Amino acid sequence: MIRRLVTFVDERSGAAPLLRKTLRYAFPDHWSFLLGEVALYAFVVLVATGIYLTLFFEPSTAKTVYHGAYEPLQGMEMSKAYASAIHISFDVKAGLLIRQTHHWAADVFVAAIVLHLIRVFFTGAYRKPRELTYLIGVLLLFTALLEGYLGYSMVDDLLSGMGLAIGYGVALSVPFVGANLALAIWGHPFPGNADFWSRMYIAHVLIFPVLIGGLLTAHLALVASRHHSQFRPRRKVNGERKLIGVPTFPGQAPRSLGLMLAVAAVLVLLGGLVQINPIWLWGPYHVSQGTNGAQPDWYLGWLIGALRLMPHFDVVVWNRTLVPNPFWGGILFPMLVMVALIAWPWLEQRFTRDRRPHNVLQRPRDAPVRTAIGSGFLAWVVMIFTFGAADRVYVFLGIPYETQLWFFRVAIWIVPVLLGVVVYRLCLALREKEEVERDQQAAVRSAPPSPRPEGSFPRRAETGAAPPPGSSEGRTRRR
Amino acid sequence: MSRRGHRRLRALASPVVALLAIGGIVAAVAQAQPPAGVVHQPGGSEQELMRLGAGLFAANCASCHGSLGGGVPEPSPKGAEGITGQGPPLRGVGELAPDFYLRTGRMPIEHAGEQPERQAPQFNDREIRALVAYVASFGGGPKIPHPHPARNHLAEGMSLFTEHCAGCHQIVGEGGFVTGAKVPVLQHANATEIAEAVRIGPFLMPRFSEKAISDPELDKIVAYVLKSQHPDDAGGLGIGHLGPVPEGMVAWFVAAIVQVGVCVIIGERRKA
Amino acid sequence: MKIGRKTLAALGVLGLLAGKGKRPRRERIVAAGDPDRRAELVVVALLLAASACALMFLVVYALDWSNLTQWLGLCLGGALIFLAAALIVFGQRLVVTEQLEEDYPEAGEPEEQIAVEQIVRESGSKITRKRLLGGAAGLAGGAFGAALIAPAASLGPVLDTESLYYSPWHRGRRLVDEDGKPWSADDIEEEAFYTAYPEDADREELAAPLVMVRLQPAALDLPAERKDWAPEGILAYSKICPHAACAIALYRTPRFEEAEPAPALVCPCHYSTFNPADGGTVEFGPAGRNLPQLPLMIDDAGHLRAAGQFSEPVGPSFWGIRTRRPSSS
Repeated sequence: MIRRLVTFVDERSGAAPLLRKTLRYAFPDHWSFLLGEVALYAFVVLVATGIYLTLFFEPSTAKTVYHGAYEPLQGMEMSKAYASAIHISFDVKAGLLIRQTHHWAADVFVAAIVLHLIRVFFTGAYRKPRELTYLIGVLLLFTALLEGYLGYSMVDDLLSGMGLAIGYGVALSVPFVGANLALAIWGHPFPGNADFWSRMYIAHVLIFPVLIGGLLTAHLALVASRHHSQFRPRRKVNGERKLIGVPTFPGQAPRSLGLMLAVAAVLVLLGGLVQINPIWLWGPYHVSQGTNGAQPDWYLGWLIGALRLMPHFDVVVWNRTLVPNPFWGGILFPMLVMVALIAWPWLEQRFTRDRRPHNVLQRPRDAPVRTAIGSGFLAWVVMIFTFGAADRVYVFLGIPYETQLWFFRVAIWIVPVLLGVVVYRLCLALREKEEVERDQQAAVRSAPPSPRPEGSFPRRAETGAAPPPGSSEGRTRRR
Repeated sequence: MSRRGHRRLRALASPVVALLAIGGIVAAVAQAQPPAGVVHQPGGSEQELMRLGAGLFAANCASCHGSLGGGVPEPSPKGAEGITGQGPPLRGVGELAPDFYLRTGRMPIEHAGEQPERQAPQFNDREIRALVAYVASFGGGPKIPHPHPARNHLAEGMSLFTEHCAGCHQIVGEGGFVTGAKVPVLQHANATEIAEAVRIGPFLMPRFSEKAISDPELDKIVAYVLKSQHPDDAGGLGIGHLGPVPEGMVAWFVAAIVQVGVCVIIGERRKA
Repeated sequence: MKIGRKTLAALGVLGLLAGKGKRPRRERIVAAGDPDRRAELVVVALLLAASACALMFLVVYALDWSNLTQWLGLCLGGALIFLAAALIVFGQRLVVTEQLEEDYPEAGEPEEQIAVEQIVRESGSKITRKRLLGGAAGLAGGAFGAALIAPAASLGPVLDTESLYYSPWHRGRRLVDEDGKPWSADDIEEEAFYTAYPEDADREELAAPLVMVRLQPAALDLPAERKDWAPEGILAYSKICPHAACAIALYRTPRFEEAEPAPALVCPCHYSTFNPADGGTVEFGPAGRNLPQLPLMIDDAGHLRAAGQFSEPVGPSFWGIRTRRPSSS
């Protein structure tokens, strides 16, 4: 029966050779290579749940009065966008489940991309010939951030409305052209006109998903074309030339499908059991209202941290405001991070003078400079991110906000450097330990067996038994 | 773990257990003591209420608030245990203010200018009534309010709360930060305390009189705050009703860890 | 298990020779594996469990209770977990995990690269004026590109930033509360804060909402040109933070001035803190500009009215924000 189906398709498309090649395409098998797939499957869940939501959501700023199931909003004036989101949450049967699954999927999508990026960076997977794959990946990360921001801002609740106001302030802060840029996006000074909501909506449901889909396709096509990189194989094979892996069929397919379902399972369980973005508690947004403890979604936390860390100054030259304050934390900081990430493969090539292609991954300790710099950079971003929640840390742990402010203003520069030095030393130390153990093992093996006193046990090396855990021979690729 | 590892662990165990025990005892002892400087009157149940109040006031409050509630504008070494007294006058505050501060354990405090924070009341009920009566006797002032939370005006209550309160207390009363103070969480406040706080404006909080927030409006705000102590968690576990901070923590410390775990399980190679 | 890629030479022939109707005996491509009957039962059990959960989802969906979200999530999530587990067990136990060897592709194919370059180069054999053509094409491309982009200028008043200086306030405009009732000077008490809007104007403009407080006139320290902006000590400031446009919804006011910080207006987004007594200077937080102040006057009926325009335009800073006062047209 399979034969008949395959024949049917092949006679009309010539697909059999491609099918055969695809079925036996080999994937190197390490758990950390699956993180990118987790992100991919989170995106699939986003699209599926997102399509469902578009069947109910009304992206309109027209005012309406709420008359529905949720008591505390009864009779309140709000936009139709907000009212339709409340409607989805309380009146559509699986509406809240799907809405929450969608939002959890967005949070997990970006988290998975970040984990994947960390794996790619610290194993050197971005080196030639995979620089383009990596570049597309970084673009995917930043596109995902923007897409998420637009998604939760469309609902027009108090929290996300405050976030949009900040976005407006950041847009205005671009030197010289900020005002023009902000007016182009919003159509009118904040809160903008009805066009702005149409723009957010179409950007979120069409333009960015297509963009992400296209970038993803290019990303996956490049991965497939160059084949996935691998850690040094255990066997005596030249890892740069020969890939050892599990074929798509029958090995990888059930596992990948299983992973997809597992990702979906986690997201749906969260979507049903753990509340996220309870917009009925926040209320609708009004320009004259604010609440304490307002935060953007986690993946923009690094920006609120940066905005809060800045001391109060605008750069003013002859009455012209050249650099308004939000520019530093809202634009320069993320641009710096993006440029640093993008430029890194080429910077590394320049400094190591290594332009050869690499298919074998390095353990972090085998590239101590990269690991040290990467750790320091990551620490810098993470510390700024952490400060973003300093007000909640104050409420929860009692450490005064002002104290945290001064601590972090200094620490974000000192700690990454110190950490980089420590990590560098650690990498060198670990490698030295391995070398010493390897030399010892070699010496033991080459030395002639000395005469044993009667009744004593033979040494391990002579019996050929397994080496003790912790030695370099026992410590192979992870596991 | 190797045998050596087990021995090391056991060796560590005894000093750790000892430290924990000591720590536990110290904490228990500290809890059992009243905050420094609170003086209770012996044989209180027999004294007349006003005399009890006077005695308690003299022993616990006068060093900061003055012997007849006249206030101490400049700090000066006064009172038992070298407490540096400084505090506002209490003439004309009525019953409302002392009832609020004493029932929420916010008074007495140790240092003038420190933020009074909610804790277990430092006096028992009879002592509180005595102090309230005594302070009210300084002259005039509002009585203890009796709000009637209006459950069928939650939407108005939410609007009023958002306008006057949410900026500091957070939209569902989870507290927050204002420059110079921690804004308290409203999870434990009862109707009377809410009404009292609004009328007093304790520490750095604004004071809303009947002109700013009328009694019917206050009833609606009280109803909303009480409802916010048990918000509508239609979506499942409320995780703090704060929005993205706890949500991000769940995404990383629950979802990401589970996902990575699944990857580790799948990525393992099993022989066919 | 290692299997090299071999070309299958005589298989079809062998099969044909073996006899009609019989399937040709080919060499195995996929390695053989030993059965695992227990795993098969486990997979079946998991699939049955998944089916049960999925059916439960349908049942729960048909119910008419008020909030089904948790139950729906559990059922659907449960079905997904069991399906995932079934597939994972299937993948670990019921299919072979082969270790194939494959060649990594060459980093590039120089022959093909040269050929591509050659194709492009040789295709230009008929062209004599390369630079002229190129220049003209560039001009056309640039102009056409500009033409395609031009409609973006209609997205908003991109070239005209006049609207950013707009404020609905002007001398004589009355201050009203959210119900439209005019604010009287007597309504404004010390130690509280109030929100005001311009009468008969759109409230959802950034320049519309005000925050009002009353301080002791003796405590005021306003700049010289604003000495009469605060009648009876009543001050009006823009409620919109000049850092990033959040509403300034916090007012800190001391119960006991001698030991507590002075009054301040604070923004909840990044905690920019403004001193109302001296014209809205920044005490803390990242705001790069002072809080714009609106001059007030009290009319004959005791109501509060604007006595002029804001001290500076409202909202986050941009290029020209310090160059002029706001205008109400």
